[in-house]
Amino acid sequence: MKGYRIKATILSIFSMGLGQIYNRQIIKGIVFLLVEAWGIFYFSGTLGRALWGIVTLGDEPRRLVKGKWLEGDHSIFILVQSLITLLFFALFIAVYIMNIRDAYKTARNREEGRKPNDFKQSVRYVLDYKFAQSFLSLPALGILFFTIMPIMFMIMLAFTNYSAPNHIPPAKLVDWVGFQTFRDLLSLKTWSHTFFGVLTWTIIWAVLSTLTTYLGGMLVALLINQQGIKFKGLWRTILVIPYAIPQLISLLVMRNMFNGQFGPINQYFSYFGLAGLPWLTDPFWAKVTVIVVNMWVGIPVSMILIMGILTTIPKDMYEAAEMDGASGYQKFRIVTLPMVLFSTAPTLIMLFAGNINNFNAIYLLTSGNPVVGDYQYAGATDLLVTWLYKLTLDQNKYNMASAVGIIIFLIIASFSIYNYRRTKSFKEEDMIQ
Amino acid sequence: MNGRKARKGVRLGLSYLVLIILSIGAVYPALWVVLGSFRPGKSLYSKTLIPESFTLEHYRELFNSQSILFGQWYLNTLKIATLSMIIGVFLTLLTSYALSRFRFRLRKTALSTILILGMFPGFMSMIAIYLLLKEWHLLDTHLALVIVYAAGAPLGGTFIAKGFLDTIPRTLDEAAKIDGASNWMIFTRIILPLSRPMITYMALTQFVGPWVDYIFARLVLRTKENWTLAVGLYDMVASNQNTNFTAFAAGSVLIAVPITILFIFLQRLLVDGLTSGASKG
Repeated sequence: MKGYRIKATILSIFSMGLGQIYNRQIIKGIVFLLVEAWGIFYFSGTLGRALWGIVTLGDEPRRLVKGKWLEGDHSIFILVQSLITLLFFALFIAVYIMNIRDAYKTARNREEGRKPNDFKQSVRYVLDYKFAQSFLSLPALGILFFTIMPIMFMIMLAFTNYSAPNHIPPAKLVDWVGFQTFRDLLSLKTWSHTFFGVLTWTIIWAVLSTLTTYLGGMLVALLINQQGIKFKGLWRTILVIPYAIPQLISLLVMRNMFNGQFGPINQYFSYFGLAGLPWLTDPFWAKVTVIVVNMWVGIPVSMILIMGILTTIPKDMYEAAEMDGASGYQKFRIVTLPMVLFSTAPTLIMLFAGNINNFNAIYLLTSGNPVVGDYQYAGATDLLVTWLYKLTLDQNKYNMASAVGIIIFLIIASFSIYNYRRTKSFKEEDMIQ
Repeated sequence: MNGRKARKGVRLGLSYLVLIILSIGAVYPALWVVLGSFRPGKSLYSKTLIPESFTLEHYRELFNSQSILFGQWYLNTLKIATLSMIIGVFLTLLTSYALSRFRFRLRKTALSTILILGMFPGFMSMIAIYLLLKEWHLLDTHLALVIVYAAGAPLGGTFIAKGFLDTIPRTLDEAAKIDGASNWMIFTRIILPLSRPMITYMALTQFVGPWVDYIFARLVLRTKENWTLAVGLYDMVASNQNTNFTAFAAGSVLIAVPITILFIFLQRLLVDGLTSGASKG
């Protein structure tokens, strides 16, 4: 009875499905064979070109031959196509390895004297024991092609010279340049000045906007939650309105209201005989405006969050504090504050990370303006993300934009992973059950 | 005793004062837009908050104008939002159910991957998706938006959904399994009905997304007839700023009112969604 294993494995390595057919799993074997046939058909035409494409990024740009434009290689399309082909190939290899392992396992079972599953049983087996994996395959495919592939593509772009005006296909080719983009970004005077300027403001913005909305939210929550305040539900509903209005609309409305010339706010100022302020056009005031408007948008979120937590603080803790003669302020400092801080710490860090990336609050309100003269395509209120957006869409400096994107990712990722690792749910999630 | 009462009175009075000021601050911009949409003329500013006369002209203009295809945009957005909501919620549920209920190899890796992918700035992938859609001839179609919104849904929603599913006792599944239920039956008969609040929350966030997403819709949709509301509205502000503020206000009202009502109505649910995310990570 020996020898099934070796034969089945070798047959499977030789061609998908043969091992299964040898194991008398005919339908399964045919399915595998069909997959392989498709694979050979598809990859024979594309794999070679994909490898060539990803190494060279094209040889010939579009050129003029005898007065006619001859289409050359479009480096960026070649890169995307190569990437897709290689991803498909990786999937194919994964299926191939599965096929070999399957043949080996079935053969081992046969050596131990068990009959191989027929097709129906195989399907049942998958549904019962490999349910999670088969369940996950659909979303995984979506994520692979619409998230992972694009991110890989953008990471690759950071190592090319794909940027206006000198390296835009189809007229020109794009080439690999290694870490040159990062070197330029961090050490070339014009770029590094902009980068560190924008980075500094991004951090100031993230700290200030998180603190103002969090403390503001806590203050409002405590105000409403005080003993003796009537119509608590009403106050809450009114104060949560800014959160319920879609940001797109409220921020565009604010952009109008703070408009220096026509905006109602300055018109009210002049109505009372005051001079208007350059809300969105002066670098300093623009920064103040975005922080204030962000408070309007952000306080309701932390307000409902903290109100939710206030209700979970056990009453007896306050009673115990009262017995010991604690004043209102002491009760707040000893009971309320630690409880709230403790439960919201993870959310606070996520809010902070979210604010680093708060595209809407900046772009819809100021578009990153006012422009700063000695910056490379950035304005006084630009965050790294809005700068990235401008570099991509307006300036076509794709390689710089990708480098900035990678740096943003590193910043956010370090916060979030630190945060996630220390929350209980990751370590002890099975404790709940 | 009297002094204490007086102090309490002062404290309450001050609190009410602050609350009133805050409420005015919270409501004023919204009110200003709503009333602005009924005000005759096109101006951004008026001396009085409440207009001297009311008119529905701007709403009529939205639907009759040649340059503002508001009705068309509304239908487009509704279609995209509904489809991407259904598919996105389905995908998120699949992901979170598998990750919450089963223990398998690579599970932790899958969780970390989802977490890390969620941290990339969304439009970092924009250019690649744009090229991909171009490659598949999907540019300027609504299908493209539906696919992209739905495919992105599991990244955003899985953790909240999984946190919720973790709280459904696993003994329920085990009891059903003993009674001979398959995994699929457990999913449809037990898990789905029990997670209705979470599904509502997810569906709502997924539904609202397309109404307010400007960045991506702008990139994909090229012809005016295919635009969504967000693109159209931004265009109204960017191209007609100040000249036709009142039409913009009317458009804003028509978008904001349904969404705002949904949010206030489901506020309770929202609080649960947020706090369960907070306490359980």
